[in-house]
Amino acid sequence: MATSLRCFLRSGKRAGLVAAQRGFSRSSAAAVQVNVRDALNQAMDEELERDERVFLLGEEVAQYDGAYKVSRGLWKKYGDKRIIDTPISEMGFAGIAVGAAMAGLRPICEFMTFNFSMQAIDQVINSAAKTYYMSAGLQPVPIVFRGPNGASAGVAAQHSQCFAAWYAHCPGLKVVSPWNSEDARGLLKAAIRDDNPVVFLENELMYGVPFEMSEESLSKNFTIPIGKAKVERQGAHVTLVSHSRFVGLCLDAAAVLAKEGVDCEVINLRTIRPLDVECIEGSVMKTNHLVTVEGGWPQFGVGAEICARIMEGPAFNYLDSPVTRVTGVDIPMPYAKILEDHSLPQVKDIIFSVKKTLNV
Amino acid sequence: MKTMLAIISNALCRITGKNAGAQTVSEGARVVVSRSLSDFTPQATFDIKRCDLHGLEAGPPVRAELTREQGLQYYRTMQTVRRMELKADQLYKQKIIRGFCHLYDGQEACAAGIEAAINPSDHLITAYRAHGFTFTRGVPIKEILAELTGRKGGVAKGKGGSMHMYAPHFYGGNGIVGAQVPLGAGIALACQYQGNNQICVTLYGDGAANQGQIFETFNMAALWKLPCIFVCENNKYGMGTSVERAAASTDYYKRGDFIPGLRVDGMDVLCVREAARFAADHCRAGKGPIVMELQTYRYHGHSMSDPGVSYRTREEIQEVRSKSDPISMLKERLLGNNMASAEELKEIDIQIRKEVEDAAQYATSDPEPPLDELCNHVFASSPPLEVRGTNPWARLKSVS
Repeated sequence: MATSLRCFLRSGKRAGLVAAQRGFSRSSAAAVQVNVRDALNQAMDEELERDERVFLLGEEVAQYDGAYKVSRGLWKKYGDKRIIDTPISEMGFAGIAVGAAMAGLRPICEFMTFNFSMQAIDQVINSAAKTYYMSAGLQPVPIVFRGPNGASAGVAAQHSQCFAAWYAHCPGLKVVSPWNSEDARGLLKAAIRDDNPVVFLENELMYGVPFEMSEESLSKNFTIPIGKAKVERQGAHVTLVSHSRFVGLCLDAAAVLAKEGVDCEVINLRTIRPLDVECIEGSVMKTNHLVTVEGGWPQFGVGAEICARIMEGPAFNYLDSPVTRVTGVDIPMPYAKILEDHSLPQVKDIIFSVKKTLNV
Repeated sequence: MKTMLAIISNALCRITGKNAGAQTVSEGARVVVSRSLSDFTPQATFDIKRCDLHGLEAGPPVRAELTREQGLQYYRTMQTVRRMELKADQLYKQKIIRGFCHLYDGQEACAAGIEAAINPSDHLITAYRAHGFTFTRGVPIKEILAELTGRKGGVAKGKGGSMHMYAPHFYGGNGIVGAQVPLGAGIALACQYQGNNQICVTLYGDGAANQGQIFETFNMAALWKLPCIFVCENNKYGMGTSVERAAASTDYYKRGDFIPGLRVDGMDVLCVREAARFAADHCRAGKGPIVMELQTYRYHGHSMSDPGVSYRTREEIQEVRSKSDPISMLKERLLGNNMASAEELKEIDIQIRKEVEDAAQYATSDPEPPLDELCNHVFASSPPLEVRGTNPWARLKSVS
């Protein structure tokens, strides 16, 4: 209890706490509860206002206010020119967005879910990611591809895949995966301002979750650097590395483990590519144990990459046990609730894996 | 004028055996058979083939005006592309160029005619048979050849190769068949968005015309009235597959359905120019996109790996060369109407040959890109980053 209280009272600009869930609120001035959806909405609104070249296109983004209401109010404010409803033509409109970026605009291309991005993946990889390199610097492609990624609830196999590993495999792309509202806001603003193609992986289950946000994180020029992870919780015994929704599960697991005397350090990757290996290494050199947690499938995944990188670097010699990966089950996502619940890491799986890693 | 007289007098000197260098303009004027500039017809009007129309009441004009200056310029452009492509063929066979090499000889009138009809501030994107457009859009021959030979003096510093050359308002060079079409519509969207009265010419082939993303693009371009000219360069074969074997409808100019279309003689540079002008006016008037099918022909196979005679006969190729060659057609018009002389065209040929030879010399002697620049240009506007090499100890540097 004392440990968790200490880390919650840790001062500083970091305010990414799941205050509502923990029934704990910071008493900093002007701290406000904002859910992830609104954080994304505000970020887009501010960037649309700041730079005329920014525009949003995708299915239902304008008059429907967004399939998940992330773009609510934007069409009313900015009109047809800046907020464009497209037909159901992912390959076509993703290509149009990339072309517009090549010709000087700064598009935000929304995929209703990243599952549909597979229709357009050639435009993301071959037209967007590789062009700056192929042209030896003549042709930048300042574009953001955003939308919900990974499992939702009860949407079954074709609508539940996590694409973090696939996109993060490719040079020329930046791949970002926010967890909380501060992440969503700061990283989306950074992505829109970045002159490179950024794949921005949101999570549908996080849209409605409120987080406390500091005054600083609500300011118009607040951005989070792409490529830098954040230590959400400091600890001494084991490092938990995660991204997106599973950061929250790691923090929950850490709270339970703390009561049993196991002190977890929780790292929120924030960016998948480029991966902040130094942050993970620094932590592992302190805790000597590493557990990665993700929703995606195990083979060739984010955790697999982290294992390889740790082995290749200085932190390997500090490991007291092999790295453990906690991942989604290696199957297409089933529909029935009991099956779906057991297809993704739960808090108990993380706790179990930590204990196995620590041999306690 | 002086140059013209000097050229004529030099030519006559070769015939008469006199010392060319000693001739001056005034002496040349004393040569018995002399031709001054005023002897050439400054401008003529030619009948050109009527375009087939789809969804249009009226089409491009059936008569085209050509000034002597324009004629010489189009001749020079087409001949340069022709000789450059033939040089690339030669370098490829010498294994100095490797990988993919898709040659454009035969199709020169398309590139030259389109460029004559649009402004440098307009935009153009095409597929992989791109060397001709790379030149017409402003990249010097030596930078094109040096890109093909993979040297640091290439337009993309040797990192792109044949299919990935870029210039201001020219977006390549694209390797994935059909992918350039949505890109082109996106560029047109940017023109519309920025209100700059510019248009985008988006090219694709008869093979690519069956790609689904093209139909997705047609739909959005028409819906949003994007200022995009979709140009199908129909050279009758998609790699080794003839149009009859690939398309249920070979009326490519009609495939835009609700988008108006023109079918154009792509071997006649004037036809192409008039049609492209018509199409550009259509777009600039805010009427939305338009499709232009250019009926053309490639002398080479699909690429340098394809001899090009397993799916078509040598007789067919020879027939096109003798009856429809775009450069010959223009040359006959110029000579037949006294708009230029055979000698001056020959002189242009000689100049171009030399330019291409010099460019090839540059392309074979320029050094390859330095290894320490291997990882550059992964990201734009970014601080230097580390890139993993082939093994964990190889930490390479990448700058923007």
